[in-house]
Amino acid sequence: MALTGIEIYKFLPKTNCKECGFPTCLAFAMKLAARGVELSLCPYVSEESKQALEAAARPPIRLVTIGAGERRIEVGNEVVMFRHEKTFYHPPGFVVRVKDTDPADAVASLVDEVAGYSVERVGLELRLDGFAVENESKDGGNFFKCVELVTSKTDLPLILMSEDPSIMGQVLEKVASAKPLIYAATKESWDKMAELALKHRCPLAVHEPAGLGELAAVVEQVTGAGVEDVVLDPGARDFGESLSALTQLRRLALKKSFHLLGYPIITFPGEAATSMEEEALLAGQHVAKYAGIIVLDHFSPSMSYPLLTLRLNIYTDPQKPIQMTPGIYEIGSPKQESPLCVTTNFSLTYFSIAGELESSGFPSWLLVCDTEGLSVLTSWAAGKFDAEKIAKTVKEFNVAERISHRNVILPGHVAVLRGELEEELPDWKVMVGPREAVDVGGFLKQHWAG
Amino acid sequence: MPVVEVPIEKWTGKVKEVRLGGNGRRSEVVGGEATLPFLHFEGSFPNRPLIAIDVRDCEPRDWSPHLVAAWGDVLADPGAWARKAVEFGADIIALSLRSAHPEEGNTGADEARRTVDKVLSAVDLPLVITGPGVAEKDNEVLVAASEVAKGQRVALGNCEEKNHRTIAAACIADGHVAIAKTPIEINLAKQLNILLCDVGLSPDSILLDPTTGALGYGIEYTYSVMERLRLAGLGGDAMTAMPMICTAGEESWRQKESKVSEGVPEAWGDPLERALIWEGVTASMLIAAGADIVVLRHPRTVERVKAVIDKLMRV
Repeated sequence: MALTGIEIYKFLPKTNCKECGFPTCLAFAMKLAARGVELSLCPYVSEESKQALEAAARPPIRLVTIGAGERRIEVGNEVVMFRHEKTFYHPPGFVVRVKDTDPADAVASLVDEVAGYSVERVGLELRLDGFAVENESKDGGNFFKCVELVTSKTDLPLILMSEDPSIMGQVLEKVASAKPLIYAATKESWDKMAELALKHRCPLAVHEPAGLGELAAVVEQVTGAGVEDVVLDPGARDFGESLSALTQLRRLALKKSFHLLGYPIITFPGEAATSMEEEALLAGQHVAKYAGIIVLDHFSPSMSYPLLTLRLNIYTDPQKPIQMTPGIYEIGSPKQESPLCVTTNFSLTYFSIAGELESSGFPSWLLVCDTEGLSVLTSWAAGKFDAEKIAKTVKEFNVAERISHRNVILPGHVAVLRGELEEELPDWKVMVGPREAVDVGGFLKQHWAG
Repeated sequence: MPVVEVPIEKWTGKVKEVRLGGNGRRSEVVGGEATLPFLHFEGSFPNRPLIAIDVRDCEPRDWSPHLVAAWGDVLADPGAWARKAVEFGADIIALSLRSAHPEEGNTGADEARRTVDKVLSAVDLPLVITGPGVAEKDNEVLVAASEVAKGQRVALGNCEEKNHRTIAAACIADGHVAIAKTPIEINLAKQLNILLCDVGLSPDSILLDPTTGALGYGIEYTYSVMERLRLAGLGGDAMTAMPMICTAGEESWRQKESKVSEGVPEAWGDPLERALIWEGVTASMLIAAGADIVVLRHPRTVERVKAVIDKLMRV
């Protein structure tokens, strides 16, 4: 946890020598607390104080980077247990596992499919993040070939999975520059794996299923050897066990500043699930409850799309709700004579009305005004959703050219805007719709002659 | 070995236990949690979340062909539909008196009495009964349903601020539970519970419906409001400590991702599989946030979500 200026001051020499450029040690401490300067400006701070301050300044969950390219995965650095307390910052990476016992052509086509997969949602391109290659055969040659095949097709981040340090070492000689995650150091192999991680400057996963104390013991050894970027695998696999273990790890890191377990967590939902569908549900749990890397054993668009959507939803900053881009949206496949409704760009408002229009049986045009992400009543009260704004939006998006009629349906909550809007849009007829989105289907049936 | 002391929260509150059914009918209890969902290492989680299956009193016209195929010809007969829902593993039947909607038949109290009576005698599971969602009609059919089901301890909804007196009075008179529904907002939820208690409804006769947003359609709002309600309840605020019910099936099957098979991006994948995962993820995320009852639609989702709950309940 971050220290206050006063707490930092206690570690300084308190001599006010001014060599740091500040008039007093207290002034320097205040600046340090604000992260405006480096501690190294003080020539007299003791080694002990330095270590204590560095330890206190370290984030409760270390930010770890896997991969080297533009699509590298950065996870960790989370600061809350619940997203409403602030936000979740670094969405977990979804990586798909291939095994070196799988036929090469199957691996090749899977890698192409996964790397090429992309789905659009609220204007964002959602994609999967990388691959795990497992040395299932226990044979160095097979592993090498499989890794080579994967890297020949993609430069997405990699996780190398082999329990044999010498096989791991051989493969790292070739691919270390891509900064793969080494999976994994165990209580037997930690020294050799740590050596590889140091030599190649790659992040290192620690796998120890016996308990969190045992896991912390191995982490203590690898970090003692100098490894800084660690990923934890507590070994818990199924729904209940992984929920408990991941919650405990998150609490230890955040509430106890327990640095030995203050690292991102890797999960393997496919190992406990009995089907692809169950794997999707378990991966979903891991998205919300504290995974940093989620290794999937299935790839199917029907599973990837919901999971990527969930990750987007859960990692949305609750203080900054997603705003819809203002514009004219097609709900269903509207024709020129289809109804035109107007609403605000608060995403939840949009989704409510879009969902109801979708199920109303009336393909429609939905005109979304820029209300800075506020809902209908709030934006009206704040003067961000008025007749002028609506008229301007109608003109800005050339609505008159898209439709053949001149009827616009207002949300019922802003019925008072009707007169003004008719003045702003003299050729138009303004209809007052229902107050609640759920009633729009009934409204259209009753009032929209078509 | 480093000493690891896992922080344990000392919760002062507990979720109310609410009993449904009984009096000759199968009885189920929800709620009673003394910790966050499934954290067995911390506190008691005595009652598993339950699965209700949506049953309607009139054949749904706008349901996905996947749902229609899964249920077949029972969709026209709420009694047969409810019996089939029992076969598919329902813990509760969620009967929607949809035909009372002015757009769907505008039926009245008599029809509601007949339907409720029919479903009550067709199955012995506890019932959740909801109106068509139009204020005047809700009051008419729910009061009628309440009388027919007197003593069977069904849950009646939706009970909102505008009709809370009517629904509370019916629940008190006939021994039922009210489903207090508010639009994804913790203070409104609490306020409605206070109003209900003020008119004399016991706090153990309230289920809280925080309003469900489906995956991709506001689930994060529902998820966080539920976490906040549950944290407040465990923290000792009795007016937020009611068990929660979520309409995961209705909300996910309403979305384009579940309804539309053609003319959508290839990246959306197989339509049926996508729709099932959509409903399953929506339900399991809300269970993770504290739902005590999820109302589902597709039999395969029921099976999957039940399996997930089994695994989460294992200590």
